[in-house]
Amino acid sequence: MNPRRPGTYLLGGVRRLGSVTIFLVQLLIQCVPALARPRLLVLQIYNAGARSLIIIMLSGLFVGMVLGLQGYDLLRRFGSEEALGIAAALGLLRELAPVITALLFAGRAGTALTSEIGLMRATDQLTAMEIMAVDPLRYVAAPRFLGGVIAMPLLTAIFSVIGLYGAQLVGVQLMGVDRGVFWSQTQGAVGLHDVNEGLVKSIVFGLACSLIAVHEGYHAEPTAEGVGLATTRTVVASSVMTLLLDYVLTAAFL
Amino acid sequence: MQSNRTLEIGTGLFVLLGFAALLFLTTQLPASGVKFAGQKVGYHVSAEFDNIGDLKVGSPVTMSGVRVGEVSSIRFDSKVYKAVVNMRIDPQYNEIPEDSFASIQTEGLLGGKYVGISPGGLDSYLKDGSHIDQTQSAIVIESLVNKFFASFANSKGNVGGDSQGTDKPGKGPVKAEPKK
Repeated sequence: MNPRRPGTYLLGGVRRLGSVTIFLVQLLIQCVPALARPRLLVLQIYNAGARSLIIIMLSGLFVGMVLGLQGYDLLRRFGSEEALGIAAALGLLRELAPVITALLFAGRAGTALTSEIGLMRATDQLTAMEIMAVDPLRYVAAPRFLGGVIAMPLLTAIFSVIGLYGAQLVGVQLMGVDRGVFWSQTQGAVGLHDVNEGLVKSIVFGLACSLIAVHEGYHAEPTAEGVGLATTRTVVASSVMTLLLDYVLTAAFL
Repeated sequence: MQSNRTLEIGTGLFVLLGFAALLFLTTQLPASGVKFAGQKVGYHVSAEFDNIGDLKVGSPVTMSGVRVGEVSSIRFDSKVYKAVVNMRIDPQYNEIPEDSFASIQTEGLLGGKYVGISPGGLDSYLKDGSHIDQTQSAIVIESLVNKFFASFANSKGNVGGDSQGTDKPGKGPVKAEPKK
């Protein structure tokens, strides 16, 4: 098969899509029995969520602070610095928190998932489980997938709050926007639907990123090179998928 | 066992933080009237306005441009058909004359509203529970523009009656400065 021919690429893409879809269905079926082993799930929530906490909080703080600086500089031209809180809160809740959290999640937790499962595949651990009549989908893939899906909305919420605090830090403490106005305008302008938009986005991104990471690891070529390639593909596919889905979801919400 | 402990504490902390953040975002952020800086000190005074514009809870109360307090609550009094604005004044500003004048003003062109207090001349001062009698409502730009055009049309009509009445409305040069 000549890999240069465009038809081959197309077919490869379609085949990958089909493989991911089948994998998703198998995974979802295994998610129910996986819930019966909360120990495994807690471990994965810890791996995907708790260990990403520092990087998420640090990123959130600085993203919020930059929003504060840039927003203040822009709004000052119109003499409405008080709107800084609204700009920061809406920007964070709707867009920045879900997208940046998903990108960081793909880089921090997604790669770990892929290489871990890929190495299990390469060292025949998955095969050994199958021989022992233990379904690796149920005991390896499903808890990791669920852990990512549960961790993502929580990480996004933490990112939003810390980011808002960062914007407040710059706007109120550094630039001298009135604190009461900052919060009251923010509270007046932010609705529950804005929070919902961020929440739905983060859940969808969590599903997509976890699915891609687990799938790439599970179907990685069982060699050192294959695991490396699978890890790269996880980051690329997760990032592109996140941004693409973000556009679709934003269009749906507006 | 040790790693089990770390795992449980770490996961617990993460889930707790996550749900705390979610709770904050869903309950505190969109709702108004939440105090962010803990217990506030100071004394409360109230004032009635015909129209408060988009004054909000937390908007500043100023004297000569200096912040002396904030709006603590706003409600509509259905007996006098006016908006009742409660203000919390910082305790160090305890010598504001009782006959002071409260007006709702706008910060910048597009900015939010705030309450400005101009001092009166009495020797007795505002204290907790006092009431400011003299108020001026928010200026609503639309009604101002409407008034302007109404008086402009009136004066225009008078001028048109004096002349031959050939100039088309809205196209002629502005001759009369409309006065209230």
